[in-house]
Amino acid sequence: MGNILGFFFLNREAIFIVILSIFLGIEVISHVPAILHTPLMSGANAIHGVVIIGAIIVMGHAETTGSMILGFLAVVLGTLNVVGGFVVTDRMLEMFKKKRQ
Amino acid sequence: MDQLSQLHTGISILEMTYIIASILFIFGLKMLSHPLTARRGNAIAAIGMVLAIIATILFHHKDGKPIGNVGFILVAIGIGSVIGLIIAKRVKMTAMPQLVSFFNGMGGAAAALISMMEFPHVSPELIAKSGMANGHVLAILLGLMIGTVSWAGSMIAFGKLDGWIGDMRIKAMKYVNLTILTVLIGFIVYIMTRHVQASSELTPLIYIMFFIAVIYGVLFVMPIGGADMPVVISLLNSFTGVAAAMGGFLYNNQAMLTGGILVGSAGTILTILMCRAMNRSLLNVIVGVFGGGGQTNIAAAGSVKEISISDASILLSYSKKVVIVPGYGLAVAQAQHICHELDKLLEKKGVEVKYAIHPVAGRMPGHMNVLLAEADVPYEQLIESDEINPDLPNTDVLVVIGANDVVNPAAEDDPSSPIYGMPIIKARDAKNIIVMKRGMGKGYAAIENMLFFNNKTRMLFGDAKSTLQNLVNEIKSL
Repeated sequence: MGNILGFFFLNREAIFIVILSIFLGIEVISHVPAILHTPLMSGANAIHGVVIIGAIIVMGHAETTGSMILGFLAVVLGTLNVVGGFVVTDRMLEMFKKKRQ
Repeated sequence: MDQLSQLHTGISILEMTYIIASILFIFGLKMLSHPLTARRGNAIAAIGMVLAIIATILFHHKDGKPIGNVGFILVAIGIGSVIGLIIAKRVKMTAMPQLVSFFNGMGGAAAALISMMEFPHVSPELIAKSGMANGHVLAILLGLMIGTVSWAGSMIAFGKLDGWIGDMRIKAMKYVNLTILTVLIGFIVYIMTRHVQASSELTPLIYIMFFIAVIYGVLFVMPIGGADMPVVISLLNSFTGVAAAMGGFLYNNQAMLTGGILVGSAGTILTILMCRAMNRSLLNVIVGVFGGGGQTNIAAAGSVKEISISDASILLSYSKKVVIVPGYGLAVAQAQHICHELDKLLEKKGVEVKYAIHPVAGRMPGHMNVLLAEADVPYEQLIESDEINPDLPNTDVLVVIGANDVVNPAAEDDPSSPIYGMPIIKARDAKNIIVMKRGMGKGYAAIENMLFFNNKTRMLFGDAKSTLQNLVNEIKSL
């Protein structure tokens, strides 16, 4: 019990952010038209590429060769997620826009 | 002292950038959900990401040490960017769903790698104080599990959509999956209740956990059928979001936390919206085996009638109103351009041509809109199914190109059918129906389509692209 309370206390700010973000995510998405489902999924896909920050931190403090290699790989994969995600989304939306002026 | 204040300035700038990045993510996502602002929204989120990355490299400190290996990091980012750009630019629009799945998998893998590397470095003070049962270890283990499942699952989804991995449906699968999931959670509990001096003593367990998570990810996606793939990708997308958020917990990093959770919750809602468009529950998609069933007796259904290209072209040319129902068959045949040529040709002859777009036409909701937009079909010609249905009784010819389940009347007639209740395009209301199809194969739901046996229906067998080409040539020569 003390452990749980302690955990809650230590992470209270993060837990706060998590709860608010959950509501925010629901609120932001809930009225999206069906035609935007695919681009939206793709755009959200790019945003979770934010994991690359963690990869950079790991890589930036890597000391052994093994962790350097894994860190390098993590940064490459994270970048793939970010760059690929945003570019693909843009490609999809570009086609919509052309027809819409 | 001077150095210390410099450090503080750096950290302040970093935290401020993270707040800005988070706000840009939120705005980006919000704008992405409106047609007019979507593209700008995507760009805004991208700017937030770039800011966060640059600030992290410049100002991040851990125990007073700045980010090292900057050269390698930049090279890694360079490699990732070039490969990402090439793949994203080159891949055909029809392959969009598997591409999203692929990039999603990359994010999951990155999250899993971070967890694997951080696990041996949990601070000994923390372990001395609260043992292994602390939020730090939990975040690492959850990040590893969810990231790995997301990666393995996304790769399988990618393979299935690309057509080199088939479905595997075994009745016992859900019990196997449930068992593996229990084992994974057991691992987390076991690791967190060990009494050790340093977390590195338990590192081998982490690798075993990784392998089990890979197996779970594979088995999780294997039994899920074609039509349900978008739902799974969307679900895995939100998984990766949660895995990224675990990294946010780990590093006390607000940008990762907001970005990850935002995608996690928005992704979940999107998944539920997609399920609703197909009238299925999420649980049904995950554990249920889709396809087959339905009472429709084919023997009693009679036979199908074919139509020749010349008859079809005459029928179309002398109609007032034509509605085209495009499906994935049109997309795989890359026939969207020639289809647009047909509609231009007919319009020139004074025929009114509209496209009826079902919410799940193609392989993903909205996929068909993207594909037709690629072929320059004007947006005004694309009508959603709810809007066009009342208009169908006045439609002279309805042309179904490579679509099947979205026009299947079983969704209205047959309560035992797996697609019963799914909103459909009421094709049979039209005066004449032409169905272009490669053969008498079933759709993704693998159920018979009574529309093909309807009195008003004529079949036009063949590859969508060449059939359309023949049709265009024939109409031109009329």
